[in-house]
Amino acid sequence: MLTGLLTEALVVSAFLFVVGTFGVLVRRNAIIMFLCIELQLNAVNLSFVALSRALGIEGQLYVFFVMTVAAAEAAVGLAIIISIFRHYETVNVNNFNLLKW
Amino acid sequence: MTLPLGYFALQEGHEIQAAAHGPAGEAFEPFLPGLVILLPLIGFLLNGALALAASRRSADSLRGGVELDFFEGGNRPLTHRLPTWIGPGVLGLAFLIVLVNFTRMLGADLHEPIIRHYWTWMNTGAFEVDVALQLDQLSMIMMMVVTGVGFLIHVFSVGYMGDDQGYPRYFAYLNLFVFFMLILVMGASFLLMFVGWEGVGFCSYILIGYWFTDREKADSGKKAFIVNRIGDLGFLAAMFLLFAGFGSFGGFGTLNFVEIFHDAPDALVYGGGIVTAITLCLLLGATGKSAQIPLYVWLPDAMAGPTPVSALIHAATMVTAGVYMVARTSVLFALAPVGGLSVALIGALTALFAATIGLAQYDIKRVLAYSTISQLGYMFVGVGVGAYAAGVFHLMTHAFFKALLFLGSGAVIHSMHHALHHTHNHADPQDMRNMGGLKKFMPITWITMWIATLAIAGIWPFAGFFSKDEIIWYAGARAAGTYGAWFTLIWIMALAAAMITAVYMTRLMIMTFHGKNRTGQEEAKHLHEAPWVMWVPLAILAALSIFGGWVNVPHAISDSFLGGYGLLPMSEWLHDWLHPIAGVATEIQATGAGEFSHHAPLFGGGELLWAVLSTVAALVVVLVTARIVGGFKYLPASESPAPKGFKKVLYMKYYIDELYDRIIVQPLIKASRFAWKVIDAGIVDGIANGLGNLARAFGWFGSLFQTGSVNTYALFLAIGVLVILGVVAF
Amino acid sequence: MDTIFEFLFSRDFLFYVFSGVTIGSALAMVTRKNPVASLLFMVATLASLAGIYVLFEAHFLAAIQIIVYAGAIMVLFLFVIMLLNLGHDYQKDLKGGAWAIFAFVVAGAMAGVLARQYGGIEALPIYRDAHGPQVIDALLAEQGAVGVMAHPLFTDYVLAFELTGILLLVAIVGALALAKRRV
Repeated sequence: MLTGLLTEALVVSAFLFVVGTFGVLVRRNAIIMFLCIELQLNAVNLSFVALSRALGIEGQLYVFFVMTVAAAEAAVGLAIIISIFRHYETVNVNNFNLLKW
Repeated sequence: MTLPLGYFALQEGHEIQAAAHGPAGEAFEPFLPGLVILLPLIGFLLNGALALAASRRSADSLRGGVELDFFEGGNRPLTHRLPTWIGPGVLGLAFLIVLVNFTRMLGADLHEPIIRHYWTWMNTGAFEVDVALQLDQLSMIMMMVVTGVGFLIHVFSVGYMGDDQGYPRYFAYLNLFVFFMLILVMGASFLLMFVGWEGVGFCSYILIGYWFTDREKADSGKKAFIVNRIGDLGFLAAMFLLFAGFGSFGGFGTLNFVEIFHDAPDALVYGGGIVTAITLCLLLGATGKSAQIPLYVWLPDAMAGPTPVSALIHAATMVTAGVYMVARTSVLFALAPVGGLSVALIGALTALFAATIGLAQYDIKRVLAYSTISQLGYMFVGVGVGAYAAGVFHLMTHAFFKALLFLGSGAVIHSMHHALHHTHNHADPQDMRNMGGLKKFMPITWITMWIATLAIAGIWPFAGFFSKDEIIWYAGARAAGTYGAWFTLIWIMALAAAMITAVYMTRLMIMTFHGKNRTGQEEAKHLHEAPWVMWVPLAILAALSIFGGWVNVPHAISDSFLGGYGLLPMSEWLHDWLHPIAGVATEIQATGAGEFSHHAPLFGGGELLWAVLSTVAALVVVLVTARIVGGFKYLPASESPAPKGFKKVLYMKYYIDELYDRIIVQPLIKASRFAWKVIDAGIVDGIANGLGNLARAFGWFGSLFQTGSVNTYALFLAIGVLVILGVVAF
Repeated sequence: MDTIFEFLFSRDFLFYVFSGVTIGSALAMVTRKNPVASLLFMVATLASLAGIYVLFEAHFLAAIQIIVYAGAIMVLFLFVIMLLNLGHDYQKDLKGGAWAIFAFVVAGAMAGVLARQYGGIEALPIYRDAHGPQVIDALLAEQGAVGVMAHPLFTDYVLAFELTGILLLVAIVGALALAKRRV
């Protein structure tokens, strides 16, 4: 019976999430921003795993799906970054503001 | 649209009110009344389709840079051949159906109107209107006039409009007009009547502006439409009052004729304010449609339309709608003696006023237009004094002889136009100063128009004599009762107008057909009699102008030497025929305002004496005028001096148009300009633009946040998440 | 010694160790200027997270966390970084000044709200009376670490499972189409 540490795990997860958020906000390198998003995903994964311990196996299944989505996202995201780099010769988000208009 | 139409024709509707079975007569069995209305509509649709086809060809050709002449090389395309049969054809069929119905009604004993209910038009709470036709003696007379005279005018149009490029369009419009006119006279409720009322107004507008490329003619159409609109306001107000009531009167809650006229004597106080207001509103509507003072100004300008249109719409049928309406609502007018008096007074004023203007006009159609206004005034006098049968009688005879006069003038103009066209003369083909001596070129037109002139002048035994004389007589017969002084005045005005009528009509005939020919030598060679499709209708109408008056010869006359001691058939037939319609009103009036007296006011004397006096006077006037006018030396319009003195005042129509322009149109334009420049462009647009600019400012402010940088968006996203989390947490 | 070992290998201690490594390397990942260093710290984070998963009896997830996440995906990132030859431009990578402070405040507030939300969560009836641990332990004993995941994946969640397969296929095609050099 290993039910303890739920609160602690959730706090760690929250902290990781906040760190990831902070990273997304302050970094300018698109790849690192990407990594920070991965960090946020992992923070959520952690809370899923911790809660699944108490509530059933489904939490782990969701983690599995999240990982798949993360993999797909990484593939497409990196492809986008590559094609942006080809165009601008940089991955610094300050140098392109494609989202305007 | 097709479904209800098919339903309309095939389903014969169901009768709400069975015919009352009289003791002797048989029940009236209507014969396809829906088809009477449907036929002109079918004609309109077919001709309209042909017109569209023709206009498409013409437009294609114009796009190619060539103005298409449909009659090039003497060929008539199918689109210009079929309307010849469709247009008059549907009218002829409709007339036959009406004739069947008429003979059946003659043999029947009908006391209550027959209502043919087809479908419910609208049903909103307390307000329910059915599409239902009313068949009774009055609508039957109107249907006979509309389809009968209408058919003759359609036939005439085949000749008159034959060379017009818009031939199918013309017949489409004309059929549509008849369709609406039939709805007007056959509708069983005020609202359905109003549909026809508006419909004929619209058709009048498109037909006056038929040659719309001519700015002046298009403007005339607009003028007719706008002036009519003022009258329609009165009609609408009357409908509102009838339906919803006002003050202590709770309204009838329906617009059906039968119910309203049945309840009116109990629901409305005799001579009360409400019924007077209703009748005055109806009168305003009638003055618009029937061209009475003060809204008569559109009718002379309406002569811009093709002459058969003037004959059908602006003489024989549409303009008599006001008279029909007053006769139809006779119960209301009988309940409101002031309303009836107003009708008669306006009619008498108009009759006299328009007749004097007619004295000085040179345009043949304008003389006839003012004559029409004047004759409509007579009809108003008739229905106003309570002699509804007399008013409708004059409506009928007037339809015959005025249609004949207009068609005759059409034949003259047609001939003049051709003659002037041949020699490339740009003189006005409608100006009587350019005519003269036409009788040897167009003998049939000459004879038939003289018959109509004698009829309108009131010479025994022509139709106009009986109808006009009866109206004048009844006007005088009211002098003994309530408001007697007013009716005496009306009687004198009507008598005077009758004499003036004889003068201006004789002048028209002499200037046009007699004396020296003023068209010019070359032109005279091309003057010709109208083709048979034009003169046959003239001949038929001439016959009607002679015999049409014999259907309602007063007993006093039919038994005297004027009636050949009873030789004239059908004495007071129309009066008895219309008794089921006008009987209630006549009773109310007799009780409230006094019976018709049997003596003329001021001088005394019976009906026969005054009939003899008036016909002798009219004959003398005709002869004297012919003598005097025949002595004048007229010159062609281009060489004539401008009229001077009082003649100029008459020629300029008392400057009424100018007066209206000064006191109504110009202030309205100024007010509109103010509303445009200050209120609309300044205030309304200012508010709208201000709001727009405000939104734009907000947009500009918001766009500051749209940096395009991912971090910014991420930050806002994070703040958003934070807010949601906060809401969940706290 | 036993007590020391017992302590060193106790679940609580291991959790705190792994948590410390996770948080520390996560912070380092966010703050390192060099992308490759950031990435390596990320790998460390993911690896220690896998340790925490083991502590929560999610053995299969821990394994694929290492193999797929730390292994494959991170290598893909590293591959891209190296391919693009990043880390040699001297443009400032970190946003500084007011922006960083603002971001810090937002992140801090978020942390505060989350912490407040998680405090005392174990006392909630749903967690206090949960029978999950016993059920999962029984399942683990019966089906093994892989079977416990595989069974629901191929029965109740087979549709979602197949859809993730399609998602991956689409991602592959999309990535190819995007990254392909225009001819």
